[in-house]
Amino acid sequence: MSSPLDPAAGLDAAVVVHRPGFALDVELTVAPGDVLAILGPNGAGKSTLLDVLAGLLRPDAGHVRLGDRTLAGPGVHVPPHRRGVGLLAQQHLLFPHLSALANVAFGPRAQGASRRAALARARELLDAVDAGSLADRRPGQLSGGQQQRVALARALAAEPGLLLLDEPLAALDVDATPAMRALLRRTIRGSTVRDGDRTSVLVTHSALDALVLADRVIVLVAGRAVEEGPVREVLARPRSPFAARIAGLDLVPGTACPGGLRTADGLVVAGHAEAVDDGEPAVAVFPPAAVAVFAERPHGSPRNVVPVRLAAVEPHGDLVRLRAGVRDGGPAWAEGLAADVTPAALVDLPVEPGAELWFAVKATEVAIHPAGRRP
Amino acid sequence: MSRRAPSADRRAPAVALPRLLWIPATAAFALVALPVAGLLLRADWPRMPELLTSEAALDALRLSLVTAAIATLLCIVLGGPLAVVLARGHLPGLRVLRSVVLLPLVLPPVVGGLALLFLLGRTGLVGRQLDLWFGITIPFTTTAVVLAQTFVALPFLVVSLEGALRTAGGRYEAVAATLGATPGYAFRHVTVPLVLPGLASGSVLAFARSLGEFGATTAFAGSLQGTTRTLPLLVYLERETDVDGAVALSLLLVAVAVVVVGAGRSRVTQGLS
Repeated sequence: MSSPLDPAAGLDAAVVVHRPGFALDVELTVAPGDVLAILGPNGAGKSTLLDVLAGLLRPDAGHVRLGDRTLAGPGVHVPPHRRGVGLLAQQHLLFPHLSALANVAFGPRAQGASRRAALARARELLDAVDAGSLADRRPGQLSGGQQQRVALARALAAEPGLLLLDEPLAALDVDATPAMRALLRRTIRGSTVRDGDRTSVLVTHSALDALVLADRVIVLVAGRAVEEGPVREVLARPRSPFAARIAGLDLVPGTACPGGLRTADGLVVAGHAEAVDDGEPAVAVFPPAAVAVFAERPHGSPRNVVPVRLAAVEPHGDLVRLRAGVRDGGPAWAEGLAADVTPAALVDLPVEPGAELWFAVKATEVAIHPAGRRP
Repeated sequence: MSRRAPSADRRAPAVALPRLLWIPATAAFALVALPVAGLLLRADWPRMPELLTSEAALDALRLSLVTAAIATLLCIVLGGPLAVVLARGHLPGLRVLRSVVLLPLVLPPVVGGLALLFLLGRTGLVGRQLDLWFGITIPFTTTAVVLAQTFVALPFLVVSLEGALRTAGGRYEAVAATLGATPGYAFRHVTVPLVLPGLASGSVLAFARSLGEFGATTAFAGSLQGTTRTLPLLVYLERETDVDGAVALSLLLVAVAVVVVGAGRSRVTQGLS
């Protein structure tokens, strides 16, 4: 039986796996209670990395330490059932012969809990993922979103010291994704489910998932970490082509407020809130293509307007990307904002670096997402 | 769950079958069905109760059911784990092992019976030691009948169970492990329930094969009433002296087979989905 695990154990791993035509060599640390996102293209080694952390695959070299326990290392290989490492995969993999309730009770039962205690815990967790009414259904009778909820409850019921999330939203249809993303956020980041924060590793293709769910991000390309840092920093100022391609978003940090987001300097960015409460740390997200650029402060239609100094001009496909810097007296968060404009639109603008410009974006183009820790 | 199959069938025939197929298909069906129908026509129905309740018939029926049941149980207890090893194990030479296990499928049963006799007979490799050390003699006993039936029926169970195990894959066991289940717990609570339909159909096949076993039994166990003379052996014997009796017993075997396969089929289709 696994020993009682500290839910706030940190992860420290160095993983080396060699396969014909492929090598994974990556080091990662996750502070207790933090969520690390791993972004990367297909074949980058993300799933291999998770298999090693879960104990389903032996690394060729390196180590995996969770809290003060060594799970893998020279001469050490703790089998998966004694690791206390949970896995929520893209496919829910609910046991088809068991009801939703029995699926969730499986972990506690397997770890020696009494039938009554396991079922009580399972009911509690099904309620926590808003699936209490589905307890008696077989997995085949559930929708994709419901199956993934139950699978999350099942993973949590085993009280993992480390939770691995392998593209948990990728197999869901678009309607089910926002609700599941919000549920994951309050489960691994929030306080509605017992134990609160949970040390987690999230594999994803989506910059938004990383932004909403994770603290830090590693960008994995061809088995190596090419970029690493706080999610907002990496996504706002991507240095690797892959991160730039999947990020490519303008981000403004702050706290959610009625009608939008309040930045640290007190300005309000108007936008529509996506599953975020007022006062919660949040980030305003909008595509650079939605940013209009003006030489003079624009008037008229309701827009967010920010004065910037032009830092760089670079080609971006058929468009031209203008990079903003901070203007004297302007907000500091303007640093790094991007605006994609057509070459024709440049004719009317001063485009030498250092030029003073105004960036404007309609409130309808701005989504306010929760991000970072609750205060 | 069992509703799914018929509805799929109703949707399926959007494209007509090539007409030429119907001729050999009909011939094949006739080849199976007509002989059984012939038995039904040839049967002496008024004397049927008397023929079936003769002491020899009842002895044979009892012996057949008991030995086939034990043989099926042996197939499950021994063949089940073998199927798991073949499907999931990592051993060098697993392919060779699998072909050896399938040997009874292609071997004439009487050859299998002879092989068993040379191994376990009183002068055989193992039989001699059993006789010398423990005074155990296997040939021409009910034990021999069970062993002969297990020998021929084992591959049926192993093949269907191995197929079910391969289809299920190992992903569910991996998830169970991450939830804290030991390999043994995961095997009992995940693997076994998942492959239960495959185990059920394999057991049905093994039971039916055991029930019909003739060649290996004659060679290894002989034909002693009440001890080794199972229904097929009695049918063969009666055929010489009392054709009506042989037909009656044959129909009994057909009836038992129909019941077994029917029961097994509903179990299988009701399986997990």
